Amino acid sequence: MADFVQIFVLSITAGSVYALIALGYTMVYGILKFINFAHSDVVVLGSWVSYTVAAFMFSRLHVDAEHPPLWIGAVVLLAAMAYCALSGYVIERFAYKPLRRAPRLNVLITAIGVSLFLQNCGQLTPYNLTSQGDLRFPFGASPQRMPDLLGENMSNDDRVMWSISFAPDANGYAPRVVVSKIDFSIVVSALVLMLALEILIHRTKIGMGMRAVSYNFDIAALMGVPVNAIISFTFVLGSSLAAAAGFLYALAFPGLNQPAHEVWVLLGLKAFVAAVVGGIGNVRGAALGGFLIAFVEMFGMRYIDSNLRDVYVFAVLILVLLVRPSGLLGSPEREKV
Amino acid sequence: MRLKSLFAKVGVWVALGAIGLGGGSAVGQDKAPILIGHYGSLTGSEATFGQSTSNGIRLAIKELNAAGGLNGRLIELKEYDTKGDPKEATNSVTRLVASDKVSAVLGEVASGLSLAGGPVCQENGIPMISPSSTNPRVTMVGDMIFRVCFIDPFQGQVCAKFARENLKLTKAALFYDQKAPYSDGLAKEFRKAFEKLGGKITAEEKYTGGDQNFKAQLTKIRGTGPEVIFIPGYYTDVGNIALQARELDLKVPLLGGDGWDSEQLGKIAKQAIVGSYYSNHYAPDQDDARVKEFIAKYKADYNGATPDGLAALGYDAAKILFDAMKRAKSLGGKDLRDAIAGTKDFPGVTGSITIDSKRNAVKSAVVVEMTGDPPTPKYRATVAP
Repeated sequence: MADFVQIFVLSITAGSVYALIALGYTMVYGILKFINFAHSDVVVLGSWVSYTVAAFMFSRLHVDAEHPPLWIGAVVLLAAMAYCALSGYVIERFAYKPLRRAPRLNVLITAIGVSLFLQNCGQLTPYNLTSQGDLRFPFGASPQRMPDLLGENMSNDDRVMWSISFAPDANGYAPRVVVSKIDFSIVVSALVLMLALEILIHRTKIGMGMRAVSYNFDIAALMGVPVNAIISFTFVLGSSLAAAAGFLYALAFPGLNQPAHEVWVLLGLKAFVAAVVGGIGNVRGAALGGFLIAFVEMFGMRYIDSNLRDVYVFAVLILVLLVRPSGLLGSPEREKV
Repeated sequence: MRLKSLFAKVGVWVALGAIGLGGGSAVGQDKAPILIGHYGSLTGSEATFGQSTSNGIRLAIKELNAAGGLNGRLIELKEYDTKGDPKEATNSVTRLVASDKVSAVLGEVASGLSLAGGPVCQENGIPMISPSSTNPRVTMVGDMIFRVCFIDPFQGQVCAKFARENLKLTKAALFYDQKAPYSDGLAKEFRKAFEKLGGKITAEEKYTGGDQNFKAQLTKIRGTGPEVIFIPGYYTDVGNIALQARELDLKVPLLGGDGWDSEQLGKIAKQAIVGSYYSNHYAPDQDDARVKEFIAKYKADYNGATPDGLAALGYDAAKILFDAMKRAKSLGGKDLRDAIAGTKDFPGVTGSITIDSKRNAVKSAVVVEMTGDPPTPKYRATVAP
């Protein structure tokens, strides 16, 4: 029973990262009707920018690395979001905008090209922007350690936020449910961001513009919605969420892999599955899909077999596509005559 | 017309061939450098493996060349990056053997990559010495493949013996990389030896190298109440596993093999790895004259960096190769092979090395404990074969 609750807690943490990435896929699809395969690479960019900015701030600002103030984390997050937002804008402007009236397949292939471009540029030999080499770009092909923004050199007890123990069993083992500080920070940050997005889409004028463009591209333009500006904004928004996801991912798994590692590709793929499962184009669906995928993955690993972790995720995809091809919250497309 | 151009082409090729032959005989002069090859993961998630090995090999070459080389001929190293990818490993070895025409090949560290590169050396009759691939299958590829480290069955036994007899623990959990032959092999041997010594395996969980989230498996392991977790993986994964185990309030010591041996482990896992143990080829703080001399030389050459076990093995592998080259009748594949096979009681940094009939090294292992800030390995015990 304790394990069940524990896995539940862990699924929420993993799910909030998947959900943040899935939101980016789904928003772009909603508006442009194509899958932005470069999205997962923006997540990677977010992780690595977080790493290099955090390393820079830790070494230069003489903060107490054992107990860094919370604003350092906020600055790192904002820096990563700003950088990725700019990248998202540039990618859209130069890679996708020229193809606005081209067949969808061309755009899709371009997206794969952008993805490969980002992956391979990311692992070029770093150029040090500062003399001490702690702020660098690109990132090189070696793994790095993300600094602990919640405190360096945490003892094993410091990592744990709450731990609830139960009566020991026959083997003398006391079952427990543990929430770590990092898990807690991830869930809170992700929920805040998702709430902000929900408000932005449903309560603001620009959000209304996004919904209008996603409903019908041409009619929105006729009604005076600045379509190009809305599309750029969508990319900026999606990329900043990707950056936030990358930042949280780096916090949770501080041993960062090289930018072109298959781990990153798989992460992007799972988030994409989440977007499809939730109903691609539907923002709430993407968030739901992210959590669903995480639950299936974690519970499958704990209660069935840990070898098959990716199988569970893709099995859910197949199942949903068979039963509800438009996704859990997606609305079926009506054929117009 | 057509025929003419064909003749012209043939003529060009013949001419080129003649130049090639001429060039060949010029290289055949005794004073030309002897080429040896190294393939290793110089970048990628096991980057420190290849880099350390390369440093060790370069140090050995530098020493030999400073002393006048091998019978007056200098040694020159050709090196390719495998990026930790088996396909790249095969390509690298093919390039070394076919286009660079090296006399012998050193590498790889990871068993999976040595298994990818080994067959190329075997087919071309070029001796290969793996400094640190511990999976038994590596040298079974053929009679050209050697190693200077101990093998997985022995390493698994060392860990089991240490857990059972030195730490006096009875309940262990296994957590290993199902994709890596190295990890899988160690886990099997550990289980066999630990159960034979009266211990009990409480759980057996797997991951895939490169996974980031290990918490579901760790939750399952935690529920079985082990006293130690045996994780024979590579350092990047082990670092993340250690952190996540502590985040789940799972504080038992972790135990592993030489795949942990990297400065990066302490940097990634920080305090989470303190109090954990792994078996290794040597310990930098061992009280041994040869070790001390090697460390002093290495530090002088590499900005004061402390050599890890892989650097020491790279150094030993190169030294054994040079020793064999001195004894060999010629540097041709067969003669060199016979000389390497005849290595006996070679005084290496990682212990006294004898090559047995299966082309494996017979030697002892040490167990080290991670302590301090940042955590570094400290010598705890020596386990003989």
